[in-house]
Amino acid sequence: MATSPTSPASDAGDIKAVPVRHYGRWLFALIVLVFVASLLSSAIRNDNFKWDVVGDYLFADRVLRGLWLTIWLSTVAVVLGIALGTLLAVMRLSDNPVLRWVSLAYIWFFRGTPVYVQLLGWSFIGALYSTISFGVPFGGPVLVSANGNDLITPITAAILGLGLNLAAYQAEIVRAGLLSVDEGQVESAKALGMTGAQSMRRIVLPQAMRVIIPPTGNQAIDMLKTSSLVATIGVADLLYSVQLIYAQNYQQVPLLVAACIWYLLMTSILSIGQYYLERHYAAGNVRELPPTPLQRARARAASVRFGGPGNPG
Amino acid sequence: MNAASGTPMVEALNVHKRFGLNEVLKGIDMTVQPGEVVCLLGPSGSGKSTFLRCINHLETIHRGRISVDGALVGYREKNGRLHELPEKDAVRQRAEIGMVFQRFNLFAHKTALQNIVEAPVLVKGVAKKDAEARAGELLTRVGLGDRGGAYPSQLSGGQQQRVAIARALAMDPKLMLFDEPTSALDPELVGDVLDVMRDLAKAGMTMVVVTHEIGFAREVGDRVVFMDGGVVVEEGPPSQVLDAPREERTKAFLSKVL
Ligand SMILES: Nc1ncnc2c1ncn2[C@@H]1O[C@H](COP(=O)(O)OP(=O)(O)O)[C@@H](O)[C@H]1O
Ligand SMILES: [Mg+2]
Repeated sequence: MATSPTSPASDAGDIKAVPVRHYGRWLFALIVLVFVASLLSSAIRNDNFKWDVVGDYLFADRVLRGLWLTIWLSTVAVVLGIALGTLLAVMRLSDNPVLRWVSLAYIWFFRGTPVYVQLLGWSFIGALYSTISFGVPFGGPVLVSANGNDLITPITAAILGLGLNLAAYQAEIVRAGLLSVDEGQVESAKALGMTGAQSMRRIVLPQAMRVIIPPTGNQAIDMLKTSSLVATIGVADLLYSVQLIYAQNYQQVPLLVAACIWYLLMTSILSIGQYYLERHYAAGNVRELPPTPLQRARARAASVRFGGPGNPG
Repeated sequence: MNAASGTPMVEALNVHKRFGLNEVLKGIDMTVQPGEVVCLLGPSGSGKSTFLRCINHLETIHRGRISVDGALVGYREKNGRLHELPEKDAVRQRAEIGMVFQRFNLFAHKTALQNIVEAPVLVKGVAKKDAEARAGELLTRVGLGDRGGAYPSQLSGGQQQRVAIARALAMDPKLMLFDEPTSALDPELVGDVLDVMRDLAKAGMTMVVVTHEIGFAREVGDRVVFMDGGVVVEEGPPSQVLDAPREERTKAFLSKVL
C-alpha cells in the first residue's frame, strides 16, 4: 500500500517522467554543424581542390594498384607483428630466464631504433651479406644458402621492417593485457590440471583480449599509414603511387586528397571491425552489452511502427 | 576411521615452507584417510591456505614430505634423492585433486557450463558431448540445473561457489580441498554451499576443509585440526577439539569465533 495517496506516481504502473532537456548539447551540436558545413562548402566550392581531378584519379589503375599493395603489405606486417609480439610477451613473462632475456633484448633493439632505419637496414642486407646461409655456425657445414639480393627483395624488406618493428610494440601491449588478468584465474586453471601453455591459451589470453584489442586497433590503423615509409626503399604503396603521378602532372592537392579518401575509408573499416571484435571478447564482462548501432536503428524503426513508448499525451 | 588400514589419502610429514625468510609452516604432520573429512581451523595468517596449496603443489615445500594416495607430491624419489617432477607429471597429480577457492575464481569469460566442461575436455580428453552431459548433471546436483548459460558475473557469490565445486568434481578428483569456501559470501548464501559440501561428504568424498563455520565442522567433520603459527596445536574429533579443547590457544581462538 502506498503511504502517500496524493503522490500521482506511487501506484500507477511504470514511471513516465519528463526527461532532462540538454539545451547545451543542442546548442553545441548546432555550432559544430554550422562550422563543418561551412568548411565543407568552402572546400567543395574552392576550385583549387579540383574535385574533378580527384574523381579522375580516385579509381585510376596506378592508384588502385598502390592501394592494394598498402592493404596487403599492412595486413601481412600486422599479422606478423601480432603473432611475434604475442610470442615475445609470453616469453617475457615466462619462468625461463633465457626466454625472458631474449625477449627483452629484442624489444630493446626494435623499439629503440627508428623504424625508418630498420626498413633501410633490411633492404641493405643484400649489400651487406652477399650470400645468406644457414648451417652449423663458425665454419661448420652449410645447410641452406641463397643470394642476399634474391632473398631480400624490397617487398621482403618492407614486410620484415614493418612487422618486426610492430612486434616490439605489440609485445608490450600483449604483456599489459596478460598482466591485467586476475591471478586467481591461473590458479584455478592450474588446480584443474592444466599446463601453463593450456591455461595461457584457453584462460588467460582470451580474457586479456579485452585489454589488448583497443591499442592493437590503434597499431593496425597506424600501420596503414606507417607503411607509406616503404616508398623510401622503392615499394609503390598508395602514397608513393600518387606521389609518382603528381611528380608528372603537378596535381599535388587533388591526388593527396584522393589518397586521403582511401586512407580514411580503410581506417573506418578497421574501426568498425575493432568495435565488433571488442564486443566478441567482452563476453562475461559486461552484464548486458549495449546494442550495436544497427540493432538500435532496428529497434527504433520497430518502436516507431508500433507507436513508441515514453510519449504520453 | 581405522587409521591403520591401507594407504592414507594425504600424508604430511614434518612439512616446512618459507616465503623468503618468513617460515610459514614449521613442521606440519597430518594424515587424512580415504573418505575422511578433516576441518582445518586457525587464526588468519596461521598457514592454513599455504598448507592446502602445498597439498596440490601450487606451492613447493622446503622440508618434509607430502604424499597423496601414496605418491609423493611434486617429486619422484630415485636412489635416495628427490627429483622435481616435470610439468606433465605434476599436472597429472593436480588433475586428481580438486580445489575450491575463497574467491571462486570461475573463468570470467566462460558460462557456468563452459567452466565445468573446459578441464575434462582439455586435460583428460573427454569428448565434448559427454563432458557437457556430465556438466549438466553436476549443475543439477549443486542446484543450478537452469543456470548453465549464465556467466559468472550474472551469478550470485553462492551460485558461483557451487559452480566452482561442480567444476572441480567434473575432474573426478579423489580428494577435494576447500579454502574458506564460504568466507566471501553473504550470510544467507552460506547455507546452500554448505549443503552441497555436506552431500559430498555423505557421498564419501575425502575432503580437507579450511573453514570458520564451526557448526559445519562439528556436524560434518570427522576430525578437526587446529593450526596456529605454522604448527598443528591440537587435533581430534570435533566433540573434543571444539567442545573440550585442551590447549590454551585453541580455547582463545574458539572463544572469539563461537
Ligand atoms: N605468496 C606469498 N608470499 C609471501 N608470503 C605469503 C604468501 N602467501 C602467504 N604468505 C604469508 O604466509 C602466512 C600464512 O598465510 P596463509 O597460509 O594465507 O594463512 P591463512 O590461510 O591461515 O590465513 C602469512 O603471514 C602470509 O602473509
Ligand atoms: Mg587463508
